[in-house]
Amino acid sequence: MSVIQDQVKVSGYGGQQGPGETNYINHSKGIMSWLLTLDHKRIGLMYMIAVLTAFLGGGLCAIALRTMLYMRSAPDVAPITTGTQDVYNQLFTLHGAILVFMFIIPAVPAILGNMILPLMLGAKDVAFPRLNLLSWYCYMAGATFFLFVLLSGGLDTGWTFYTPYSTSTSTSVAAATMGAFILGFSSILTGLNFIATIHMLRPAGMGWFRMPLFLWALYATSIIQVLATPVLAITLMLLAAERILHVGIFDPALGGDPVLFQHFFWFYSHPAVYIMILPGMGIISELMATFCRRQVFGYSFIAFSSIAIALLGFLVWGHHMYTSGQSAMTNAIFSLITFSVAIPSAIKIFNWLATMYKGSISLATPMLYALAFIWLFTIGGLTGVFLGALSLDIMAHDTYFVVAHFHYVMVGSMLTSFIGGMYYWWPKMFGKMYNETVAKVAWFLIFFGFNLTFFIQFIAGSQGMPRRYADYLPEFAIYHQISTLGSYVLAIGLFLVLYNWIQSLVSGPKAPQNPWGGNTLEWHTSSPPPHENFIEDPHVTEPYEMRAWDYDESIDGYVYDKAKAIELDKQSQH
Amino acid sequence: MSNEQKHTGDTGHGDNHHPPDHPAHLAHHFETPEQQFESGKLGMWVFLATEVLMFGGLFCAYAIYRGNHQDVFLYGYGALDKMWGATNTVVLLASSLTMAWGVRAAQKGQQKLLLTMLFLTFMGGVGFMCIKGVEYKAKWDHNLFPGTMNAFYYEAGQPKYPEKLEHAIEFIDGRNSGGNSGGEVQGGGGHGLLDADVPYDESPAIEHDAQQVGHDGAGHIVSASPVILTASFGAPADMSTIKPPASPADMGVNDAVIDHAGVLTTPSAEHTQVLWRDLSSAEQKKVHLFFGIYFMMTGLHGLHVLIGMILIAWLFWKAKKGAFNKDYFAPVDIGGLYWHLVDLIWIFLFPLLYLIH
Amino acid sequence: MNAHTNDDHGIGHVSPIWMLLGVFALLIFFTVMTVAVTYIDLGPANIWIALGVAVIKATLVGLYFMHLRYDSPFNSLILVCAFLFLALFIGIALMDTGEYQQNIGPPDTVRPVAG
Repeated sequence: MSVIQDQVKVSGYGGQQGPGETNYINHSKGIMSWLLTLDHKRIGLMYMIAVLTAFLGGGLCAIALRTMLYMRSAPDVAPITTGTQDVYNQLFTLHGAILVFMFIIPAVPAILGNMILPLMLGAKDVAFPRLNLLSWYCYMAGATFFLFVLLSGGLDTGWTFYTPYSTSTSTSVAAATMGAFILGFSSILTGLNFIATIHMLRPAGMGWFRMPLFLWALYATSIIQVLATPVLAITLMLLAAERILHVGIFDPALGGDPVLFQHFFWFYSHPAVYIMILPGMGIISELMATFCRRQVFGYSFIAFSSIAIALLGFLVWGHHMYTSGQSAMTNAIFSLITFSVAIPSAIKIFNWLATMYKGSISLATPMLYALAFIWLFTIGGLTGVFLGALSLDIMAHDTYFVVAHFHYVMVGSMLTSFIGGMYYWWPKMFGKMYNETVAKVAWFLIFFGFNLTFFIQFIAGSQGMPRRYADYLPEFAIYHQISTLGSYVLAIGLFLVLYNWIQSLVSGPKAPQNPWGGNTLEWHTSSPPPHENFIEDPHVTEPYEMRAWDYDESIDGYVYDKAKAIELDKQSQH
Repeated sequence: MSNEQKHTGDTGHGDNHHPPDHPAHLAHHFETPEQQFESGKLGMWVFLATEVLMFGGLFCAYAIYRGNHQDVFLYGYGALDKMWGATNTVVLLASSLTMAWGVRAAQKGQQKLLLTMLFLTFMGGVGFMCIKGVEYKAKWDHNLFPGTMNAFYYEAGQPKYPEKLEHAIEFIDGRNSGGNSGGEVQGGGGHGLLDADVPYDESPAIEHDAQQVGHDGAGHIVSASPVILTASFGAPADMSTIKPPASPADMGVNDAVIDHAGVLTTPSAEHTQVLWRDLSSAEQKKVHLFFGIYFMMTGLHGLHVLIGMILIAWLFWKAKKGAFNKDYFAPVDIGGLYWHLVDLIWIFLFPLLYLIH
Repeated sequence: MNAHTNDDHGIGHVSPIWMLLGVFALLIFFTVMTVAVTYIDLGPANIWIALGVAVIKATLVGLYFMHLRYDSPFNSLILVCAFLFLALFIGIALMDTGEYQQNIGPPDTVRPVAG
């Protein structure tokens, strides 16, 4: 053991990277070395470029449709034309479809998961690197189909492809379903890979309950990806068969059952909501521990609540169908189970708050995003409980109240956790620090802009403003005006984040190995990591035992004291 | 070999350093061959779970239409041929046996046996697809393909193809009635009707083949798959020319088959025989849905058989190059898992589609 | 190593030939049986017998051909989970569709929902 310790000191474990050493970015050169790479970190980066491009596309649709709504608020506006309405229908559909299938679902698992999961396990790669690359190509193929949709008549069914309209509209439903089908494969391959990796590649000394909570969250997410996505695949295949062959399973005119489509669709898509939010929750657990410099409070509760959310998520799909003709019995059952999802979600929130209590909180940018997450998720989650109540939902169904609710969860919470995670691991991914001031200004704009955009929609919805309408009565004008202005603020904030990141890449100062003092294993390697992740095997201890990392002013980062870590580990085991 | 043993022994233990003799087939991110093997298997099982759920969607659609429209299914299944379904079940089970045997051969390093078994498994797939082709051909001839092609397709409340519909009704009614129990196609009762009314029907020829397979299969089923193959390839020519055998003789042979299998020979009490006129007008308009579901289930399954065959061909090619040995046979094992799953799904499809009662 | 060539190989479980053939014989037996049962009218029990036989066959294939019996139990758990979720999906969808079935019809003939 002492020999290893000496080696650690000599090689500067915790210090700066040696000058001549290569990292995964400059390990090999040329476009083909990227397109054919099996390195999880490079695949994560390629995902990052692709997914953020999709985010830009879907986001621009959102700005465009908010602008259209704003223009309808002029005092003597001309009556709306069908042409305008068609454009609006296409915009909100593309906004939803692109952002759901190509941004929210893959964002955290495919970018940050790919990048960080093997590092956190001290592994050299995911279990199936080829499948990992294949999943990226599936993503790109699916994205190509969506590009084709854009160029060939668009899509106006809403992202949910509800029948019977989707079997009769003349827009490119077939191409879009094909795209979503292939994107589903990409998601399945990622999930499969993560399950196998977490099972088989955990290092010696890392039992299940020494795994960082981000991995628990990714594991729970993977379960959903694997068990739910195939049902979406078959649903979309049936939909394609409806359109092409007119088989009629979902078409009442042909003896089919239109509500059945919704059962099929939501059996996937409700769990998919948890694909979107669970990994974000995992990020928040990491941020809370690191920036409060404390053990996470109630580790095993947070871990199991992730699994509980994943499993309960499969039992609540009917709450999307209260008004669709679903039977009263089923409605009641789904309503009851929907309430129960609030329990594991609340467990997480309370544990995070307890982690902060008496912690030594540092308000670095990632932590600000974590705080924003708690705010936004609490609002989003609690309004979800309102909507889970049958009587209220029947009134609020398909109003802006619902729109605001799921934007608080799927955009507010998910986006803040994603950006927070990006900032947190940015130094690790690129070896560069970012401008903290710009980052904080951007955070404020995003937080403020988001609430301005969507909080007002709760009120509009409770007043009866229906969703997916291109036009509205004059009394709703004020809500739409405020909401649109808020969306502009949000957009400016997001572009500022982009600027912040690009500036960091171009001229950011060099990042230390461990700028935050976290103790999960990714901080035990250099920034950016070498091609095979670790020059020497990392020392596995309790994931949130950060006392062995000492701050070193000369590098503005933390340095590992392995002897102290071993001592602390011994203490914790007694 | 003894070195290998040592490394496989310490999976999951602390030694994170590469063994100096890292075998060539061991990927760089795994410590031991066993870890790699178990990871591959775990990954395949997770993938198989996704397959189960994907087919599950179709089973769900099936359950819902069957559960709510019992008679439509009782009626529509009359177009299917129970004996072809059973034959295909046997073919697929046999190919599963050869696959499992092939895995054993790979594990024991028996190169020649492995190649033989992979070949037989592949031929099992060929046989299955050929029989499926014969069945689909019969559906095609009676205009029973799904959607707008289907004879039972209604448009705005009216049959889209009244003439084809009439033929199809005669065809199915003929099979559902007749003196045989359960609407099965074995009995001769249906023949007379079909022969007289539907000139282009070749189902008697199909049955003829089925009997042969039944006889062969009972004896040495493993080698039966290639036999089926040639028989089926020969079949289309035969079908158009062969006159249906005289009914009494034919029935005799059929009964012999059933006897041979050790099953009831005397048809038991009559039960629900659904004819076209027994269906309500709403149900009549739903009959085409049965064929939609039938084709989607068997079609997706057939696609999986094809993918499995490609996989086995690839394994064969690799095995031929000597890629597998006692210590590295994971692809054979994992490919085998996929093939068994295809079999497993058919085990459920067969009674649900062909044995409706 | 030589002492237990068959079952104690370093990797995986080697199935003896008698077992493979025995399982195959059982599978054929059950196939014949499930066809035979259709010649007896047992009312609604027929479908359940057919499904029960299918489950037995599937179990045999899983346990022996797919080596589940000798594998890590987690692999079996994955398969069982897949079937459980499937049962959940089919069960709830079936329950619900049965309830609202009478309200479905071609677009022009839909009956108004009572109440």
